[in-house]
Amino acid sequence: MDDTILEMRRITKTFPGVTALEDVTLAVRRGEIHAICGENGAGKSTLMKVLSGVYPSGSYDGEILFDGKPMQFRGIRDSEANGIVIIHQELALVPYLSIAENIFLGNERRGRSGLIDWNFANAEAAKLLASVGLHENPVTPVIQLGVGKQQLVEIAKALSKKVRLLILDEPTAALNDIDSAHLLDLLRALKEQGITCIMISHKLNEITAIADSTTVIRDGRAVETLDMTADDVNQQRIIRGMVGRDLDSFYPDRESSPGDEVLRIEDWTVRHPVQDRMVVEGVGLSVRAGEVVGIAGLMGAGRTELAMSVFGRSYGRDIRGRLFVHGREVQARTVAEAIDNGIAYVTEDRKRYGLNLIDDVRRNVSAAALDRLSRLGWVNGNEEIKVAETSRKEMNIRTPSVMAVVGKLSGGNQQKVVLSKWLFTDPDVLILDEPTRGIDVGAKYEIYTIINRLVAAGKAVIVISSELPELLGMCDRIYTLAAGRITGEMPVAEATQESLMELMTKDKELVG
Amino acid sequence: MTSIKTPSTERPTPPDSTPTAALHSGTNDLRALVLNNLRQSGIYVALVVIVALFAVLTDGVLLSPGNITNIVLQYSYILVLAIGMVILIIGGHIDLSVGSVVALTGAVSAVLVIQQGHPWWIGVVAALVVGVAVGAWHGFWVAYAGIPAFIVTLAGMLLFRGLTLRVLDNISLSPFPSEYQQVAAGFLNGLLGGEGFDAFTLLIGAIAVAGYAVSGFRTRVARIRYQQPVESFPLFVARVVLVGAVLMYFAWQLAHARGLPIVLIILAVLVLVYGLLTRRTVFGRQVYAIGGNLSAAALSGVKVRTVNFWMFVNMGFLAAVAGVIYSSRSNGAQPAAGNMFELDAIAAAFIGGAAVTGGVGTVVGAMVGGLIMAVMSNGMQLMGIDQSTQSVVKGLVLLVAVAFDVYNKRRAGTSR
Repeated sequence: MDDTILEMRRITKTFPGVTALEDVTLAVRRGEIHAICGENGAGKSTLMKVLSGVYPSGSYDGEILFDGKPMQFRGIRDSEANGIVIIHQELALVPYLSIAENIFLGNERRGRSGLIDWNFANAEAAKLLASVGLHENPVTPVIQLGVGKQQLVEIAKALSKKVRLLILDEPTAALNDIDSAHLLDLLRALKEQGITCIMISHKLNEITAIADSTTVIRDGRAVETLDMTADDVNQQRIIRGMVGRDLDSFYPDRESSPGDEVLRIEDWTVRHPVQDRMVVEGVGLSVRAGEVVGIAGLMGAGRTELAMSVFGRSYGRDIRGRLFVHGREVQARTVAEAIDNGIAYVTEDRKRYGLNLIDDVRRNVSAAALDRLSRLGWVNGNEEIKVAETSRKEMNIRTPSVMAVVGKLSGGNQQKVVLSKWLFTDPDVLILDEPTRGIDVGAKYEIYTIINRLVAAGKAVIVISSELPELLGMCDRIYTLAAGRITGEMPVAEATQESLMELMTKDKELVG
Repeated sequence: MTSIKTPSTERPTPPDSTPTAALHSGTNDLRALVLNNLRQSGIYVALVVIVALFAVLTDGVLLSPGNITNIVLQYSYILVLAIGMVILIIGGHIDLSVGSVVALTGAVSAVLVIQQGHPWWIGVVAALVVGVAVGAWHGFWVAYAGIPAFIVTLAGMLLFRGLTLRVLDNISLSPFPSEYQQVAAGFLNGLLGGEGFDAFTLLIGAIAVAGYAVSGFRTRVARIRYQQPVESFPLFVARVVLVGAVLMYFAWQLAHARGLPIVLIILAVLVLVYGLLTRRTVFGRQVYAIGGNLSAAALSGVKVRTVNFWMFVNMGFLAAVAGVIYSSRSNGAQPAAGNMFELDAIAAAFIGGAAVTGGVGTVVGAMVGGLIMAVMSNGMQLMGIDQSTQSVVKGLVLLVAVAFDVYNKRRAGTSR
């Protein structure tokens, strides 16, 4: 066992109401590239945050052995002092500082005078940049670099900290193919230098290409660790591990009888708000009354971006394409216009985009359709309470009162408040973005029954989800999205988790 | 796979309480009631404590009829500014320029009325128009150009102070005709007679108390009808009696001084109107929504720019009202008028429970916050405490008030 650099033993991490990790054990050999994969929300990032001290020692159960010695990290500085460096999916560079300043940020080398010796720092940075194959002047501001090069700066920064175990969270999610290939080459080179690497990735082709072993995490548990050199291990094998949960009675039954088409988009194209790339390209899809349509796609596939751009152009620029509601072409240039056209969008991150957490249930429920409760600008407060009370009963929102502050409710009940808000706008089509993320099993079931009730009442529903079982359990029809394009569409009867995952991980070139 | 088609029968719904039951079942738990409203009730308690403290320290002079009248006259314009300021702060903005706008609007009015001899009301109207225009200017830059309010109004502070100097040609103007002076120094007095006191003032006080009781009772009835939790009936009566007693005492003292100040009527109307505007109108709701979570508000269809724009227009309007009151009270216009008023108004809003991060605050809270500052200043002046100490104390009170707010929020912190 002396070739094991890292051992995480029986890690359990709970958040209020949710067990994110349960009894996870992970062993990483020295000098290997160890991939971790699993569906979104399976607990991969949480595990890495435990490892890097973002969740300090004591906030979880279990132990971490690094080089055979038990470790108790109280913060990122502790783990970095031991040579464990994490590079998050959202790059943590300061855009207006130079490459060298970013590399030495928080780790500044001071000369004898106590001041930073910039000549030395820039020279050191240049060496580090050379070692990651980035040919840029160290004084260049980071904002002038593309995402791929920024990723390399992050790795150079890690190297400057004498990294021994490098953790990369979805390193290629935002990269194009050339940059991705460069990055993978670099990881191989680092491996030659004896740096161990843990890589979280959704891209199975990359994992099979580069990883020595792969641990699959599902529902907060480490399901298995695969030896990637074994003959029988391929992408199919990993997919089976990732989705190997059986469909059970977890999803309430529903009779499907789709009616007329309610919403259709054609040739929908969206450019990234700042970067010069397309986030959504030529997407067409439709949904009918009484139908649940799923959009399956990995993180970064453009699911949320697609939904938000349809919903009153809330995301991106240069949005092109045609939008039809009930067969009639409409313009929804603002959120208010989208709402007027019967579109509702339940956001992915309810805390950031869905709710006013410091206000009460009542006002959150009425927020998107105050005009229905008001005359000449005056809100009828009593009617508002009545509406909120109705929602509370129909949605079974567990709150002491509709006057209670939303921020204090559980995730599931918050989600029901968001749903109530959008149902009160009386929409024809609801776009639900990750409607059950971060909520417990019981509340999920309730959300599903609410969706079924809506569909039975003739609403059209689009569900965006990372959980394939959820899509298979809930939808009539499923589209797969990869790199901003529709890569497939199938009735649920023909879909399996494996077939969806294959379409979701399809590379750009393979798409027609 | 089990088939469950009627989920509503799945879980027991909470037992429905009938309206009649609710009439008797209000909470009697005073402690819970106080804790639930700690942020709000805290400042009422603070005001009472400060009033009591200074009443003792000044041997009762603080609460003498003449001094109460004085406090009203001296601080009314700060309270008017605080109304507009708290609305901006709720919306997540700030206005640093109101002191300069007070000066500018007063100056415009003085030039028209004093220098050019126009009737007094021309001055008032012109001041209001200038105030609204200034607000529209700020609103444009904040809402449509996307410049942070701090910067826009900091620029406005310099800009409009400069324009004030230009308008006044760097000299003071005075005096205003007597009608203009009535705005801040006039009293409604003797309309109904009275021996040694003003019966009209008492009548208005009584009407205010009755209005408070009736509207409180109607809210209570409506809440019960909609099955909302209410305080128990004795507690409700106790609250009305307490507030009524305070109001009547206040009216009694005013009646024994010079009667009902006109400026108090203006202030009361503004508080009433803006209290309703913030709580009961779509606009008010949208202000809270924007301040509470800008993204969520925008994704709920709130026209964020429009609302932001009108918030600033409103602030400009109220700054002009304050400008008229201040110029009337000082009976003229000075180049340095209104200096640092913005800080008093901002302090009033924050002491009154507005949150630094936006989304929280009330007009009434800001008024109480303003009164706390006013009573402290007035009390310390009566005690002959020098300016430097006054400033130190006021600064500390502001700091403690906001620290309390931040502590409160952290304690109540959202889950996760």
